[in-house]
Formats: sequence, C-alpha cells, structure tokens
Amino acid sequence: MIENRPGLNLLAHLTLIFGVCVVALPVWVAFVASTHGATDFMSGTIPMWPGPHLVENYSQMLGAGVSTSGTPPVATMMMNSLIMALCIAIGKIAISILSAFAIVYFRFPFRGLAFWCIFITLMLPVEVRIVPTFQVVADLGLLNSYAGLSIPLIASATATFLFRQVFLTIPDELTEAARIDGAGPMKFFRDILLPLSRTNIAALFVILFIYGWNQYLWPLLVTTSSDYYTIVAGIKRMSDAVDGLPQWHLVMATAMLAMIPPVAVVIGMQRLFVKGLVETEK
Amino acid sequence: MKRTIFRNQLLPWLLLAPQLAITFVFFLWPAAQAVRQSFLREDAFGTRTSFVGLANFEKLWGNAEYLNSLQVTAVFAISVTILSMGLSLILAVAVDRMIRSSRIYTTLLVWPYAVAPAVAGILWWFIFNPTIGIMPYVLAQVGYDWNHISSKSDAMTLVVIASAWKQISYNFLFFVAGLQAIPASLREAAAIDGAGPVRRFFDITFPLLSPTTFFLLVVNIVYAMFDTFGVIDATTEGGPAQATNIMVYKVYFDGFVGQNMGSSAAQSVVLMMLVLVLTVVQFRYVEKKVEY
Repeated sequence: MIENRPGLNLLAHLTLIFGVCVVALPVWVAFVASTHGATDFMSGTIPMWPGPHLVENYSQMLGAGVSTSGTPPVATMMMNSLIMALCIAIGKIAISILSAFAIVYFRFPFRGLAFWCIFITLMLPVEVRIVPTFQVVADLGLLNSYAGLSIPLIASATATFLFRQVFLTIPDELTEAARIDGAGPMKFFRDILLPLSRTNIAALFVILFIYGWNQYLWPLLVTTSSDYYTIVAGIKRMSDAVDGLPQWHLVMATAMLAMIPPVAVVIGMQRLFVKGLVETEK
Repeated sequence: MKRTIFRNQLLPWLLLAPQLAITFVFFLWPAAQAVRQSFLREDAFGTRTSFVGLANFEKLWGNAEYLNSLQVTAVFAISVTILSMGLSLILAVAVDRMIRSSRIYTTLLVWPYAVAPAVAGILWWFIFNPTIGIMPYVLAQVGYDWNHISSKSDAMTLVVIASAWKQISYNFLFFVAGLQAIPASLREAAAIDGAGPVRRFFDITFPLLSPTTFFLLVVNIVYAMFDTFGVIDATTEGGPAQATNIMVYKVYFDGFVGQNMGSSAAQSVVLMMLVLVLTVVQFRYVEKKVEY
C-alpha cells in the first residue's frame, strides 16, 4: 500500500465483496435449486433459500439417476470421471517426464525433430480435428472404453516443456556426481530427477486432474454406452432428455456433484494449484 | 543445454516412444487426414471421393452461414475477453491494496477455474431461464423482456457471461501476480509527486502491467475460440438462427450431425491455421515481453 486512504480501502473491500457475490451467485442458485422438490419450480421464480429436499434429491441422483433420461446413476458417472481424470493426469505426467528426460539428458539423431513433433501438438487441440480423431479411435475399437476416453488426450507438449525447464535448472554437478558413483541413466532418473521434481509433479497433477475431469466434447463423442458416461458430459444428456421440461432440481444436484471434486481440489490445494497454473503457462 | 549427458542411443527413443506414438496416432495422423479430406469431396452416398482442389475452401468463403460463424466467433471472443479481463483487473487492483485479507479474497475468487465450461453453461442457462430464472425476473422489473431462446442478442449475452465468468479466476490470478511484480517504489515516487490513485493507475500501473495484459489477451482469445465448446453445446447449441454458432461448434455440427465431411475438414484446416498464428504470436511476442 502506498498511502493510507480509508475511503479507497472501503471501496476496494466493497468491490471485492461484490465480486465474490457475483462469482458465487450461479452456484448458490444451483445449490438452492438442488434442495427443492419438483413442484417448487412451477410457481414463478426460483426460490432464493434452500428447501427441505437436499438429502432426498442427492441420494436419488447418486443411487438411481433419472431413469427417463437414460443416464446411469450419478455415482457411476462420477466414478467414470474419476477414472478418466486420473488416467489423463497420471498418463500425461508419466509420458511427459520421460520425454523431457530423453530430450534434456541425451544427444541422439533427430532429437530436434522429436522435440518439434511434441511441440506441434500445442497447435492441434481436439476441437479442431474432432472428426478424423474420432475416426481413428473408432477404427482402433476404443469407443466406449476408458482407454478411448483418456489415451488420445494424454500427449502433452505443455507438460513436456515444464519438465524440460525443471531439468535444465538442475545443476550438472549432480549428474556428474551420479555418473562418477556409477549410476546409469535410469537410476539417475529415479533417485535424483524424480525426487527433485516432486513439487512440480504435484502442481501439474492438480491442473491436469481438473483438465481431465472437465473434459466434455471428447467423452460426449466416444461414449455411446451409458456405462461409460462421465458426469460433465452426462448432465447435458440429462437436461436434454427430459422432454422440454428438465427436472431442474435433479439437474442442479448433478451439476453440484460435477463441480464439487475439482473445486475441492482447487480450494484444498490452492498453493499447488497456483504454482501449476503459472508454470504451465511459461 | 546440458554439459553432462548420457551416451545411450537406444534408451532415449524408448523413453520418447509413448509420447511420440500417441502424438502420431491421435494428433498428426488425424490432422493429416483433415488436410487430405479438405481437398476431397464425397458423393451423396459416400461411396466415391474425388479430388476437388480448393473447392471446399472456396465454398466456405461463399457460404453465408460460415461467414456468419466467423463474425459470431469474433464478437464472442472479443466480448468474453474484454468482459472477463476487465472484471478481473478491477478485482486484482482491489486485492492488491489488501494486506491481511488478500488470501481469503483470492480463495473466494479462484475456484470457478475448476468448474467445467459445460457446467458453467448449465448454471447460467438456469439463472437466465425465461420462465423460472431470477435474472429475467429482475430484468422484467426494469422493463426488459429477456428470452435467449428467441432473441439472438440475448443468446449471445448469455454465452458470453457464462464463458467470461469461468475465466475470471484465471485472469485474476495472473493480474495479481503482475501487479505484485511492479516495484512499489515507482508508485510511491508518483504519490510523493502528488499523483492520485487514478492517475497512478493509468500512468504507472497499467503500462507496467502490459506484459501480463498482452499475455492474457492471447490466452483469453484462445480460450474463447476453442475451450468454450461445452458452454455453447450445453446451452444454445449454436442457435437461435446461428446467432451463437462459433467456428468450433460449426466444425463439430457439420461433421457429426450434418455429415458434410469435406466442409468440416476444410473448416478444421482453417482453425488449425488460426491456432498456428495464435501460438506463434504467443511464443514470439509474449517471450519478448511488451515493456517500456
């Protein structure tokens, strides 16, 4: 702070409180809606305070789902989302850290070409090449499988670059010492590089878990069997299927359940989250 | 560049193998297919394909729906970027004044990052629901008849708000980091010279924040163009009357629903070029840093 201006401080507080309220508004409304019964939505506007049906709505969604919309119980969809998010996060970290190790610590022909191949994935988000990618996955028989949900998404230039940066800051003396002590490359990787990049791995994991959990278009395309629906893609089907009259209290309960895991990760691991966010954008 | 390296020749390829395999199978091959298909046309039964050169691209250029989609994308991306960055900057400047309470405010503002775009869309769709939503109720009090199902501008406003809302936390975090990197001595000196808070903001803080602002500008445009598919699909589905049919949504719709492969592939190629340009801009100029 430069100077003491109580008026300005008050204004700043008011701005922030207003901002926090605006940011929280949609979630509050969704939460309130998820605690009411179906009939409460017939009478004009949505109520502003929670109703008595919280436990009932959530247990119905988790246990049984909405039978008319053909979506499975939310617990199943959350499990699918969890498996997909973990596969994507762990898969991306595993293949990226190995690639970065190869690129930083070895000299081999076509090293530059390999680097560029990885770099180019940055320019090819799923959204711009949906149709042919879907074709490949269908040809490989990966539709309706966890492999089909996660493997096409786990190539990562960003994560590879991040680990490359981390490795470049690790002093050469460590590598020399390891080599003098007779450590081979994999031993060096396991005993020195992995422990030294532990916090980077954790920070990246937080970001990638959220990324994986929130996937929408891809699961929508590759899952046609309701056994593999993920929750984020499932909500849409649910609000669509109940012809013209979505059961808002149940849709909103599902939306809350879809938000809780990633939001809990961000709030619970805020420090790692911020670190991961800043690092992946370098 | 490392001075100390390992000499194995086979091992690095084994280490790279999983990444390269996935890149080839799921990135490079499909991208090449999109490029190939963009030069082909299937007949009505999908039995024969013929090489048509740039005809698919030429058709896009003459297609009113596609030109509309370009315009919609531009309006959408610019609106999301300005709205989200504007709000975030105000909040970041306010937090920058705080000493003790900045942490709690930050926690309360960053969590929307974790909400999926599709879920963000559903939440705002509900708030703005013409029959039971609270916003149409509030707007009716001031005499505005909100209906995003029939009004093009209402639909656009809805998807812009939902998309910008989700992005506020991201912009906020980067603006706060940018503000904290500005040396306090500069602002103190200006204060001693008699510059008020507003003057200090526009003459010192904002110019020194330009690297962050420029970086966020690129990131937000990329976000609005490519990561908002979920928002659109969960709410307006491109309607009403194509009013929110952004390019990414149109590629999906033409390819999967309309089964117009040649056109969809040509649109994919156009999008790839756009990402290419944006990536080059990001790497060339953001690295250099816009500074004084």
